[in-house]
Amino acid sequence: MSEVRYLKAVNQALYDAMEADDTVFVIGEDVGAAGGPFKATRGLLERFGPGRVYDAPIAEAVIAGVAVGAAMTGMRPVAEIMFMDFITLAMDQIVNQAAKARSMFGGQASLPLVIRAPHGGGLSAGPQHSQCLEAWFAHVPGLKVVCPANAADAYGLIRSAIDDPDPVIVVENKTLYAAKSELPDDPQAVPIGKATISRPGRDVTVVTYGAMVREALTAADQLTIEGVEIEVLDLRSIQPWDEAMVVSSLARTHRLVVAHEAVEAFGVGAEVVARMADIGFDELDAPIIRVGAPFAPSPFAKALEAAYRPDASDIVRAVRRTLA
Amino acid sequence: MSVVIGEMLIKSSSLQSLYRQMLLIRRAEERLQKLFADGDVPGFLHLSIGQEAVAVGISSVLGVADTVSSNHRGHGHALAKGVALSGFFAEILGRADGVCRGRGGSMHVADLSIGMLGANGIVGAGMPITTGSALALKMKGAGNIAAVYFGDGALAEGVIHECFNLTSLWALPVLFVCENNGWSEFSPTERQLATNLEKLSASFSIAFSSVDGNDVVAVADQAGKFVNEMRDMPSPRVIECQTTRIRGHFEGDPQDYRDKEEMSMMSERDPIARARSQLLAEGLSDLWFEQLHAEVDSEIDVALNLAKRSPEPTIDSLVADVYTPRLGVS
Ligand SMILES: Cc1ncc(C[n+]2csc(CCOP(=O)(O)OP(=O)(O)O)c2C)c(N)n1
Ligand SMILES: [Mg+2]
Repeated sequence: MSEVRYLKAVNQALYDAMEADDTVFVIGEDVGAAGGPFKATRGLLERFGPGRVYDAPIAEAVIAGVAVGAAMTGMRPVAEIMFMDFITLAMDQIVNQAAKARSMFGGQASLPLVIRAPHGGGLSAGPQHSQCLEAWFAHVPGLKVVCPANAADAYGLIRSAIDDPDPVIVVENKTLYAAKSELPDDPQAVPIGKATISRPGRDVTVVTYGAMVREALTAADQLTIEGVEIEVLDLRSIQPWDEAMVVSSLARTHRLVVAHEAVEAFGVGAEVVARMADIGFDELDAPIIRVGAPFAPSPFAKALEAAYRPDASDIVRAVRRTLA
Repeated sequence: MSVVIGEMLIKSSSLQSLYRQMLLIRRAEERLQKLFADGDVPGFLHLSIGQEAVAVGISSVLGVADTVSSNHRGHGHALAKGVALSGFFAEILGRADGVCRGRGGSMHVADLSIGMLGANGIVGAGMPITTGSALALKMKGAGNIAAVYFGDGALAEGVIHECFNLTSLWALPVLFVCENNGWSEFSPTERQLATNLEKLSASFSIAFSSVDGNDVVAVADQAGKFVNEMRDMPSPRVIECQTTRIRGHFEGDPQDYRDKEEMSMMSERDPIARARSQLLAEGLSDLWFEQLHAEVDSEIDVALNLAKRSPEPTIDSLVADVYTPRLGVS
């Protein structure tokens, strides 16, 4: 067990997957010689050569298309979209082609492709380099979406995503890349669709994922002083998501807050809330509260962005409201 | 007749067999045309009547391990690549025994086991897929190639720029096959494109050839030349096939935007009539044609009857195959 940066775990997962299976290859902008815009692919070109690590031109539609066509032809491509915002240029290949191929072709095809995309703000990167668009993909039948919150899950979910027979979007929060957490010496795959309890608590369930897990844990430390114990439930996978674990936590706490960095309206939280209002209705002792970004593009100015991004204090406020 | 060369299966490209395949596609589509008119085909139906020589000529130089990707007007592409006729019909009728179990329909006929990566409802979308398929084939190193069919309308789509660039830059074995029928839906090509395919190809240093797409031998010869070069040394090629969309954009299209002159010119260029006169000149008898037509028609009858007997898909199959089932993983 050692403390490593999240980025190192991503890199290790890619490296190990490429060692394990020579149909795995990496494609993206600056992923080869430059080692990746965030250095997630550092060292892969040196180890695996230009026949497995492809520095693509700035052409997101064909990067995604290469993943689709190569997956149809027996490979396991891992494509990187430099910032999740740029995935808009690859939408046809992801949504109309990758997601539908299996069902549309009557089960003939499995498309084992992975698209890695960093999301999230906090870098004053502005409205086109900060978005959290995971809900779009979770809405599309045929895609899977994961969003790991720490190094071990980043490693484990990327290994599972690459092994998975279907298209998986791996969403990595940019502000987590430098964060250190524990990675076992022999790290394991983490199954897609399984949540985890990051911190147990009896009073309120806080469902979250990605970088907001850290905020929820900070909120938990603050609330414990007030005598409130929140249970932090890290979804890890957004599509499919671990409905069973959320409902069983709710059955213990009877109160629910759902928090994400993405815009609150029509987000992942809306789906979790709607399901719990249905299958968890009898367990609820208070209205469910969502925490998310306001309905505005992610702003540039430091003060504006700080106000825009939901954080521990927003979670604390939401928890207090459910208890009021 | 077919001969095996190494791993590749090269189908006989004798004019007789090319004629037979074109005829099969034509007659199959004429049956669909009738079924559609009778209300038995759900959804949209884009017929490739008049364009058969392209699919047949191109496929005559491809083997099973080569891949093709197609567009909304893809019946001929699928049949020429070897999609089974009964599964093809059943799919277009929306039946359980369709090649895609009735979930795709006319615009999504596919058979991955023979390298038919699917027709496509999105104009231009086959190009990026084929680029990826070609990269995979190049990585495997067995000399296979990937072909993509698209119409003149797709030349205005942005992805062609990305795909021409990448395939040229990385020397990927993609055979870009443009079926230029002069129309995209109800608009003529000249109102759609400020350049032409030859210039586009040249600007990406991709070898280009324009052929009479209604002359099956011309298509097969040029495709054969290109594909042989590509197998030896992977890199892209563009073949523009000048062809004719004899029917409307889709069945039910009144075609009031086309003039009589064009319509009559098209029948003179009919690829099947043309191959027939060539064969007659080579000395084949009327009887040979009669027998062949009867044989093709009965093949179609058998397949279509099978397809019609296939049940509607069961409602519980609706959510099947959204994801791949995994043993031991929930
Ligand atoms: C991305 C996209 N835009 C528009 C359409 C609607 N559409 C279907 S076919 C077609 C015309 C295509 O013309 P062309 O590529 O020349 O093929 P043809 O029909 O002539 O065979 C259009 C505009 C579509 N299916 N996909
Ligand atoms: Mg056209």
